[in-house]
Amino acid sequence: MKVLSNYFKSLFLLELFRGLSVTGRYLFKKKFTVMYPEEKAPVSPRFRGLHALRRYPNGEERCIACKLCEATCPALAITIEAEPRDDGSRRTTRYDIDLFKCIYCGYCQEACPVDAIVETRVYEYHFEQRGDNVMTKQDLLTVGDKHEAQIAADIEAQSKYR
Amino acid sequence: MTDTTVTIEVNGRELQAKPGTMLIEVTDAAGIRIPRFCYHKKLSISANCRMCLVEVEKVPKPLPACATPVTDGMKVYTRSPRALAAQKGTMEFLLINHPLDCPICDQGGECELQDVAMGYGNDVSRYTEGKRVVADKNIGPLISTDMTRCIHCTRCVRFGQEIAGIREMGATGRGEHMTIGTYIEKSIDSELSGNIIDLCPVGALTSKPFRFSARAWELTQVEGIAPHDSVGSNINLHLRGNKVMRVHPRDNEAINESWISDRDRYSYEGLYADDRLTTPMIKKDGEWHEAGWEMALEMAAAGLQEIGDGDQIAALLSPSATLEELYLAQKLMRGLGSNHIDSRLRQGDFRLDETASTVSWLGMKISQIESLNAALVVGGNLRKEQPMLAHRLRKAALTGADLHYINPLLLELNHEASQTVCTPAGLLDQLAAVAKSAGVAAKGAIEEVIKSAKTDESSSTTADVLKQAESAAVILGGLAQSHPDYALFCLVASALAEATGSNLMVMPTGANSTGAQMAGAVPYLEAGGKPAQAKGLDVLKLLKMPRKGYLLMGIEPGLDFWSGALSMSALQSADIVVALTAYRSPELEACADILLPMAMFAETSGTFINAQGDWQQSRGAVRPQGESRPGWKILRVLGNLLDLEGFDYTDSVQISEELSAVCSNDVLDNRFSSSTPIERQLKTDSLQRGGDTPLHAIDPLVRRASALQQTQDAGSAVIRLHPTEAQRLGLTSEEMASVKQNGYQANLPLELDESIPEGCVWISTGLAATATLGQPFGEVTVEKA
Repeated sequence: MKVLSNYFKSLFLLELFRGLSVTGRYLFKKKFTVMYPEEKAPVSPRFRGLHALRRYPNGEERCIACKLCEATCPALAITIEAEPRDDGSRRTTRYDIDLFKCIYCGYCQEACPVDAIVETRVYEYHFEQRGDNVMTKQDLLTVGDKHEAQIAADIEAQSKYR
Repeated sequence: MTDTTVTIEVNGRELQAKPGTMLIEVTDAAGIRIPRFCYHKKLSISANCRMCLVEVEKVPKPLPACATPVTDGMKVYTRSPRALAAQKGTMEFLLINHPLDCPICDQGGECELQDVAMGYGNDVSRYTEGKRVVADKNIGPLISTDMTRCIHCTRCVRFGQEIAGIREMGATGRGEHMTIGTYIEKSIDSELSGNIIDLCPVGALTSKPFRFSARAWELTQVEGIAPHDSVGSNINLHLRGNKVMRVHPRDNEAINESWISDRDRYSYEGLYADDRLTTPMIKKDGEWHEAGWEMALEMAAAGLQEIGDGDQIAALLSPSATLEELYLAQKLMRGLGSNHIDSRLRQGDFRLDETASTVSWLGMKISQIESLNAALVVGGNLRKEQPMLAHRLRKAALTGADLHYINPLLLELNHEASQTVCTPAGLLDQLAAVAKSAGVAAKGAIEEVIKSAKTDESSSTTADVLKQAESAAVILGGLAQSHPDYALFCLVASALAEATGSNLMVMPTGANSTGAQMAGAVPYLEAGGKPAQAKGLDVLKLLKMPRKGYLLMGIEPGLDFWSGALSMSALQSADIVVALTAYRSPELEACADILLPMAMFAETSGTFINAQGDWQQSRGAVRPQGESRPGWKILRVLGNLLDLEGFDYTDSVQISEELSAVCSNDVLDNRFSSSTPIERQLKTDSLQRGGDTPLHAIDPLVRRASALQQTQDAGSAVIRLHPTEAQRLGLTSEEMASVKQNGYQANLPLELDESIPEGCVWISTGLAATATLGQPFGEVTVEKA
C-alpha cells in the first residue's frame, strides 16, 4: 500500500507542486526585499554602530577623561590621554578608537558616566587610507555633532530600561 | 614591657596580644580587615571617623577598634549584624556630603572611601537635602585640593602636627561646617608635605603634577631607590607605558618608615625636561653637532688617549651616580694611570685627604637617630639637606633629647632645640668652645683652634649635655662640609665626640657619597674603601691647577661645584672635556667637547649605598630616552676602546658583584686625624659670604622638576642680609646689589632677613644666577649696583 502511494506521489510530481505553491503564494504577496542602498532596513535604537563623542547643548564636550571606557574595553581599542585644561577641568587631549580592534560590544557606552561615548546607528563607513581606522577625538566629535538629534532620541527611548 | 600577653577572640579566632595595644593593631597583624579612615599606624589615634566600629561582647554599644585597648578574654565580632549595622550607618553618614564625582577624581580606583563604600555603602542615598560644598584652597604647587571631598579624617592635620612638625593644616568650624584648611591662604612649605597625598583616604588632597594624567589601574609599580639624599628612601615608581608617572613611598622601617621627602616624590618630572640630551653631541669649531655613538665614543677615547700623561686627566663624578658608574669611572681613570678622581664636589676643604684612609658615613643606623638623648649639630640645616634624617632627629627631640645647633644662620626648626648663630668663621670657634668645655686637649693639629676658643656658659652646658647623655652624637652637616675649614671641623668634632663619648656623624651630601668612597671614587681610596697606593688630587686642586682632560659624569659645571666660577673657568681651559650627562645645559655646552647622553634614575639599573652602609639595588624601570644609554654601558665601551683590562661586563650586577667582593662595612669609620698642623683659612674680621645649596637645587634632576622649582625650597638667587648689616652697608631691600667674591661678580636683588647673623651675607649656590660667584663661604664685598 505504501509503495503504491509513493508511486502515485512521484508520478504526479505532488512534492514539486507543493513546493511551487509556496513560491506561487509569495509571487503575489507584497514584496519585502529592501533594495539596499536605495532603501535602508529599519535600525533598532539599541544598534551599536560607529562611535561618537557627544557634547552638551552649550557646546562643551561631555567626555571628562575618566577612562572607564578604556578600562572596560575588552579589545583594548580605546586610547586616552588626559590633562587639566586651562580652566582646570579634566579633559582628554587624545581619544582614539581603533575600529579594527573594536568588537562593537557597547561596553564603552555602558561604562560612560556622562553619556559621552555612544555607538550610533551609523553602519556605513569605510576607510581608504591605512590609519583611517583610528578615529581621533575630532573625528568622533564630528560624528557626534552630525547625529546628535538621533543619538539623543535613542538614549531617551532606552532610558526607561536602564 | 613584660612578655605577658592577653588572649582575645576575634570572630571566634583566638589571638595573642600585648595588653594595652589597640584592637585594630591586633586585627591588622592577624589579617582581619576592619574598615577605617582616620586610623593610620604612624599617626596618633583620633577615632573620629567611626568607621571601625565593632561589636564587643558585654559592651552595650559598638566600640571603635582603633581606640579600644585589648583586654584579656575580650570577645570581638567585626562582621556581626550589630557591627555591620554600625559600619553601614557610618558609611551612609560619610556619603551624605561626599560628592559623586569619582569619574573626575584622581583618587578614583585607589580610593579608600570608594573601596569601603563598595563593601558597606548603599546603592541609593536616602539623603535628599542640599550637599555641603567647600571652596578649594590653593596650598602650593605640589598638592591640589578638592575640599568638598574631604571626610574630616584629620590624617593630614595630624601628619602636620606629629610628623612634619608644622601646624599648617587644621580644622576650622564644627559639625557640618567643619573644614580642613590652612587657616589663611598659604602654601604648605614642609619638605615632607607630599605625604599627605598618600594619607588622604579620599581625593581631597591629590598630587598636582600628576593631576588628571593617569588612572591607578593603568599604572604598573616598580620598586626603586630615591637618588637625592643619602637616606636612599625606598620608593615605588608608578609607570604608564615607558613613562614614570609618579613616585610613592615604599615602607621600610629601617630607612624611610612610611614617608618620603617631596624631593624624592616629585623629582621624576625632571626626567622629561625639555633639555634632555638624547643623542651624542660633539663640538667642532665651537658648533655642536649630533653624532653617532661610535663616532662620539671613539673621539672621546682618542681625546683622552692623546693626552698620554695620566696626571693630566681627571674625573669629576656626581655623588648621586650609581655605584656601578662610580666604580667603572674610577677603574677607567686608574687604568689610564690617573688617580685624580673625586666626587666630593661641594666639599670645601680636603686637607685631611693625606691621612684619610676610611669611609665616612652616618656613624650609626638611621633608626638609632631617634633614640639619641643629645646631639650637637654643627653647620647643618638638616631639614633642608636630609629631610628624612631630620625627621628622625625630630623624633628624638620629641622624646626629650637635648639638641643643640651651631649654624651660620637661624634655622626654622620644627622641634625644641637651642641654637647658636654665628658668622661662618665663628662656626669653628663655637665648636671649639664646646670641645674645650668638654676637656679636649689643645694639642696636635687643633692646638691653635682649641687654645683660642673662648668657653662660655652655653658651650659648657652643651658639653655637659653631650657627656651626660646615654646616647649622644656630634653631627657635621652639609654647611660644615662646604666650609673652607672643614678639616678642622672634622678634627675638633672627632676629638669632641671622643671626649664626650658620643658618636660622630657625617651627613653625606649625595645619594651615593658613601658608595663613592666605597667604589674608590675619591682620590685617597681605591675600590673597596682601601687606602690608595698613590693618592690623587682632590677636586679643588684639580680645578685650581687645571688638567688637560676631564671626564664629567652626571654633573653640571657651575651648579654642582663648591665654587661655580672656578669650575667653569677650569673646565673651559681644558683641551678635552668628555661629559656623561642627561641634560644639555648651557654651562655644560660652554665647557664640554663631547656630550654622551646618559640614562637617569629610573632608567638605569644600579646600586646605592646609603648613609648607614646599606647596599640597595634597583633595576631600570623604563627605557632610557632617545639614544641615551646607562652610564655603566658607556664607561664599559669607553674602557674597551681605550684597551683597558677588565671592561667586559654584560650587566650591571656583574659590576656590583665584582665590587662587593672587595668591600666590607668595616671600612666605615668616622675617625679623623692629622699629623701636620692645619691653618685656619677663614679669618674672622671681614664681611663673609655664607651659602647653602637649596633643597631643590642639589642635582641636575631635581633642578628640572618643574613643580619643585616653584616651591620655596628651590631657593632664590638673592642676597640675604641682616637689616642692621644692610643699614651699615647703606643698602635697602628695594634695590639690586653687586657682590664681588675673589674677582667674580654678580648683581642680585637684596632681601632683608633677620635669621642671617650680622657680618654675613647669605647667597645660595646651585642656582644659575649665583653660579658666576665663588665658594659658599669666603670673603665678599657688597655694594650698590
